Parts: sequence; C-alpha cells; structure tokens
Amino acid sequence: MDPMDAIKATYFQECDELLASLEEGLLALEAGEGDSDTINAVFRAVHSVKGGAGAFGFDRMVEFAHVFETALDAMRAGKLDPEPEVVKLMLRATDVLVDHVQAAKGEGAVDEGRAAAMADDLAALTSSEAPKPAASEAAAATTDEWGFAPLKFDFGDEASAASEAKWRLVMRPAPQMYAKGHDAALFLRELARLGDAQVSLDASALPDLESLQPETPYLAWTVELPASVEEAAIRDVFDFVGEDCPIELTLEGGEAPAAPSAEAPAADMQALLQAVQDESSPETSATVPPAAAEKGSADKGAPKGAQGATIRVDLERVDRLIDLVGELVINQAMLAQRVAESELACSSSVAIGLDELEQLTREIQDSVMAIRAQPVKSVFQRMPRLVREIAGATGKQVRLVMEGEGTEVDKTVIERLSDPITHMLRNAIDHGLETPEERAAAGKPEEGAVRLAALHRSGRIVIEVSDDGKGINRPRVRDIAVEKGLIAADANLTDDEIDNLIFLPGFSTASSVSNISGRGVGMDVVKRSIQALGGRISIASQPGKGSVFTLSLPLTLAVLDGMVISASGQTLVAPLTAIVETLRPKPEDVRALGPAGAVLAVRGAHVPLIDVGVALGLRHAPIDPDHGVVLLVESEGGGRSALVADEIQGQRQVVIKSLEANYQRVDGIAAATILGDGRVALILDVEAVVEKRLNERHAPLAKAS
Amino acid sequence: MTDVENSNETLELISFRIAEQEFCLDIMAVREIRGWTAATPLPHSPSYVRGVINLRGAVLPILDLKARLGLGVSEPSARSVIIVVHIGARLVGLLVDGVSEILAAERATIQPTPNVGCDTVSRFVRGIIAQDGRMTSWIALDDILPAEEEAEAA
Repeated sequence: MDPMDAIKATYFQECDELLASLEEGLLALEAGEGDSDTINAVFRAVHSVKGGAGAFGFDRMVEFAHVFETALDAMRAGKLDPEPEVVKLMLRATDVLVDHVQAAKGEGAVDEGRAAAMADDLAALTSSEAPKPAASEAAAATTDEWGFAPLKFDFGDEASAASEAKWRLVMRPAPQMYAKGHDAALFLRELARLGDAQVSLDASALPDLESLQPETPYLAWTVELPASVEEAAIRDVFDFVGEDCPIELTLEGGEAPAAPSAEAPAADMQALLQAVQDESSPETSATVPPAAAEKGSADKGAPKGAQGATIRVDLERVDRLIDLVGELVINQAMLAQRVAESELACSSSVAIGLDELEQLTREIQDSVMAIRAQPVKSVFQRMPRLVREIAGATGKQVRLVMEGEGTEVDKTVIERLSDPITHMLRNAIDHGLETPEERAAAGKPEEGAVRLAALHRSGRIVIEVSDDGKGINRPRVRDIAVEKGLIAADANLTDDEIDNLIFLPGFSTASSVSNISGRGVGMDVVKRSIQALGGRISIASQPGKGSVFTLSLPLTLAVLDGMVISASGQTLVAPLTAIVETLRPKPEDVRALGPAGAVLAVRGAHVPLIDVGVALGLRHAPIDPDHGVVLLVESEGGGRSALVADEIQGQRQVVIKSLEANYQRVDGIAAATILGDGRVALILDVEAVVEKRLNERHAPLAKAS
Repeated sequence: MTDVENSNETLELISFRIAEQEFCLDIMAVREIRGWTAATPLPHSPSYVRGVINLRGAVLPILDLKARLGLGVSEPSARSVIIVVHIGARLVGLLVDGVSEILAAERATIQPTPNVGCDTVSRFVRGIIAQDGRMTSWIALDDILPAEEEAEAA
C-alpha cells in the first residue's frame, strides 16, 4: 500500500471513531446528560476530523467542519446553550459530516444543497453573516498551505480599528511538543485566525550550525493579537499541547474589553449570541461555565476512551488465525478418532494427552474467537441517524433508546446485523408508531419511544426492537392474509399465529406503499436473512401498547454446536440450537395421517414426521420411525416437527465451512463441516427442511435438474 | 479475454481421455491433481455433481466431467483423479479417468470448435487442437458449474 494511502486509511478509521464519539456525545447532550467534558469531547472530535481533512486536502469537508466547529466552540465557551433544538441541528450536521467523510473515502456523495443549508443553519447559530465567508477563507488558507510551505500572515495592512490594548503571547515550544508531532506553524495559523496577528520570530537562541542539535527547538515566537480576542480562545489553541508548549500571555496597554468576542463583525455576533442565550431557558444556561471550557486539555476526553491498552490488527491476520485454529480443531478431532480406532485404553498416556490437547484446542479457539468479537455498537451507532431520517420523513416524533451496545459478538455476525435491524426499526416507526395526533388522542406522550437492545442469552445474541405504538392490528392482519390467500378464511388462529403472519412472503399491512417500508418485501426478507444465519425472529404484540421484535442469532458464524446424525449412510450435522429433544419413538406413538403422511404423538401433541433422508433426496421411502431416532425440532412459528434419522452419532462442536465459497447454496443445507475422519459432512438447515415439507406436501424427490 | 492475447503464445495444456475422446485444459487453470476420494453427495444437485470433498480444510465440489459432457457417468476407480481447477474465484474438482500428457500448442494453431449442432459441444469446447493426427478438445470451464438456480430466492 502506498504510504499515503496507509495514512489515509488510518485517518478514516479514526474518523469513524471520532464521528461515533461525536454522535454519542451529542446524544448525551440531547438527553441532558452532557457536561462540559462532553462538549469538549464533541468539539475535539470535529476539530480532529477537520485537522486530518485539511492535511489530505478535503477542502469541502474542512469548510463544513470549520463551520460546525465554530458553533461547537461557541457552545464550549458557554455562549451557545446545548438546548434540544441546537443539539438536534448538530446531530443532523453530524450526518452531513459523515457524508463528507464517506465522500472523501470515495463511497457515496455529499448532497451539496443539504450540506450548504446545514452550514448556513450552523452559522446562524453563532452569527448571521460572519462565519460563512470566514470559514471558506480559513479553509482555503488551510488547504493551500498545508505541509511545509511557508506561511503567509496578514501583517495588518487593514488593521481593524485596533485598540491600544493588545494580547502579547510568547510561545516557546518544548522539545517534546515536536516529538509528539505538533507543529508550531499550526498554532500560528490558528492564532492568525482569531484576529489580526502580528507575529515576530525570536531566533536569538539559535546556535551555529556546528553546535546545532537537530532535535532541540531554538525558536520562539511572539504573537500580538487584538485585545478583542478572548483569552479563552487564545488558550484553547494550545489545548492539545498543554505543558509541551509553554506560553506567556499578557495583556498590554489599555484594558481588556468587558465583553470579548471572536472575529471582525464582533458587535453583531455578540448581540446575536446574547439573543441566543436569552432565548434559552435560564436553568440550562449555567450548565457550561466558560471556565470549564478554558481548561479542556487532552486528557479530559480520556475517561471515555480509556479501555486499556489496545492494538490495531489487520482483520485478515485475525481471520487467518481463526481459519488455522479451525484446522487445528479438525486435526485434533481426526487424531482423537484414530486413537479411538486403535483401541488404546482410555487411561493410556496417549489418550490422556489427547484429552488435554482437546481442552487446549477449545480454549485457543474461544480466545481467538474473542479477538474477533466486537461490540454491537458499531451497528447500533448507525441507527440514530436512520431513526432521525425516518422520523423526519413520516412526521412522527421518535425517541430511540439503545441498550447493551457493549454486547460482543463475532465480526461475521456483526456485518449481517445491520440490515435486519434497519428493517425492524423502519417497521417499528413506520407501522408501529402512531402520528403525534393519534398518540395524543390515545393518551400517550406525543413522542413515541423505540427501544433497541442487545443482550446475550444462552449462548446467543438477542436483539430486541420494541415500540410503544399501536401494536399489531390483528383483525386487519387476518383479513389481509385471507384476502391474499395466505390462510383459509375459516382458519382458526391464535393471536401469536396471527402476529406471525406478517413474516409470510408478500404480506404488507401498510395500506399505502411508502418509500420507507411497505413494499411487501419487509418482514419475510428479514426473516429469511436471519434464518440464513441460523437465527430466529419472533414478535410479541399487545394492541394499543406496542410490539416487540426479538431476533436471536448465534454468537459466531465460524463454529457451531451440532448433533451428528446419520441418514441413508450419510453423516449430517443438525444445529443443536434447533433441537428441542431427541427420542426413540414407540411404534404406537406413530400414526399415519393421509396417504403418505405420518404424525408422532409426543405428550399429547401430534407433530408431523419428516424423514431426513427423504427430505434431502437421499432415499425414496421413509424408514420406519420406530427403527430410527427422532429429533424434535422447533421452527419459527413455534410449531414443532419430528425429524427422523437413522441414528445419532454424538454431539460436537464443528467448524462451519461455506458451501458457497466454491459451489453454491444448496436447498436444505446450511453449510458444511469437516469431521474427524477428514470427510465433509453437511449441516442441515432445519428450518428449510421443515418449511419445504410443510409448504409442498408432495415434495418431489430430489432429481437431476 | 482470449482474443487480446498474443496469438504466438504457446499454451501448455494438460490432456486426458474421457470415453475414448481426448480433452485438455489450460495448465494455468489447474491448481493440483489428486487421487480420488469418496465425496459427500449434495442433495438436490444435478447428477454430474458428485458431491464435496475436503481439500485441506476447504470444501471442494467435485464434478463428473464425463457426465457434464454428456458422455455417461464415471465409475471412479483407483486410477481416477481429481483435477483441481480455478474457475473465477472458485476452486472446483473435476473427476476424470486419468491424465495422459502435457501438450504444447501455439495459440494460432488452435482451430475454432466446428459446429456439430450440439449444445454441449458449443458450451464446453473452446477449440480443437490437432497434433500428430489426433484431435484434442480444449475445454471451456466458464459454464461448467451448474447455474445458480436459487439466485433470486436468496
């Protein structure tokens, strides 16, 4: 990789983190939980994004970030209150900034109109006219001169009606400041941006070339700034360096103005800020004391980011490690099988050693999988934006509550979570929540609440999306299902069964098709993609009170606990999660139903019998169930089926191997694995086997297609 | 992709016999040749798909080339081999009765496939190589995997 590209990649990685913390901070502010630390963190996030963008020459991003930063700076200085309206605007500004970053990555484009409007709105927060052109100039200056090109400073040709009073700043960078990668030129540039800066260089300490120590800084600068510049603003420039760049700041001549302000149209801006402050409620105006902003040093943001020492590792390396450990597990199993075949005593040293090896292998596998585990946060943090956009499009008021963002799950699963969650949230807002008027009429708060939660439950990850909306309209759902021929008109369905009708293909309750959801491809698509991952989805709904969608997924798509069974001489693996119980049926419990069907009586209930060999086309006639074993499996709708196999070989953890990598999807098969004897065994897609059987009662035998 | 290549280029081809006919593959597409091991059959698959085997941890589909070319079903024996080939990003094993030799042929000498009014031939034979009074058919691999029937269902 080109070194520049590598740096850029790191920058984008950081951007993602910064933008995430930006949004997180703003959301905290919106919830009224933020303090000055939060505001500082938010400011620093935008500032850092801008800094990098300047270095890479992303002009438009710099321009926008600068306007954003200006508004945040005002908030940091206590001149702009973090009231809900302002924070909401900033959240939307974050979305635009995200777009900018995406565009810089070469993914997607920025809606220029939206960005410009947003920049104007942001600018309006601090001033009605000033920041916009100033921002462009500043941005132009930054991008024109980045790198080591000589800096140009305006030495005051058009010195504004300068008062006698001046700030006199002496900065004397310490060696460690350069060692940390800071550049004095950047500070000078920042200072110049604050107002008319008169910079003079003090090179008196510079020794002869012979005695020059290349890593010792000899230069000092004296900067004179108009007294109208706020002291805090000047000190803020050195926020990030602290002790590394000692400064002496003195006010010379005249008096410091009582109401310091930032830039040229000072009076207007001050008045506007005052107006903004006056509008805000008095009790919140005290939340951000200017003093707090003044001392925002780099370590203030630390508590949030402090997660112990971490390293960045290329994902490919981790994936490779996981693959290798997978091989190790297979090899270990092969070895175990050989040893078992050689009929050594269980107490032999080989067998004991092998047992230890097995434990170690498991442990290594768990640890390696833990490396790739990630908190679901990376998916969750994209959702507030989505919710804002859907809420905006539907005219509904929505509050998104997220819980369990720290829940960890394998990266392979994380990547597949985003689409189903997106879909479920859309549904919850578009179909679940009522309009503010309807809510008010129903005696509910106008703002609807949508909760997105993640948790671990019995070795799986569970994602819940719940809303406090109107719940599922069961009579309507039923009518539609009848109308579309999905169920018989006289079908007798329980409430649960009716709720689950919405997962049927081609079902859509929205009477008008909106562009948010309601194209009739909604929930059945979600269900399919979840099932493809070995997951389940279910819904619980209470009319008038809301609905809860629950989806559960395996923690990893790399390994699976399975029951090894055989059918027609083939070894198959059934995912343990699908199996409720296994039993050997008694002949009297098997009852024929219809010409070819049969059911099994299990504790009073009758479940359909499905011969695995027949379902997979391995044999033509089902075996006598009482000669085989029955795996009682539960499918999505809560219905049970009995899978008939020849025998059960055991239970073990298997490494999932994709069939699609070299071949293609096979109906009824979820994936493949490699067993101890080195042969490939297929992993059953229980849901598909059951569904296929139920949907097409007279499923033809597998045939060459 | 073949059209833009240098016509003076010498191709190395690996040849084998299927049902008394000579076929060959571009050696560049071949990753390895290994002995026959019993494959795990795949349900709901075309008859020429023998199943899958374990190739050092990867799941490798095995196609019976004889059946794919419509020349009958192979009876795998100890002499049968699996030619592991790249098809795009995929690795696929082709079951053949045994490989014969390595041929060298200049690209310019390869004759276009004569039209014998057979779909299988036009689909799977890329050209004809005539050498020493023998005719060898150069196999095109692009279409050899079964079409993805479930593309729209997934």
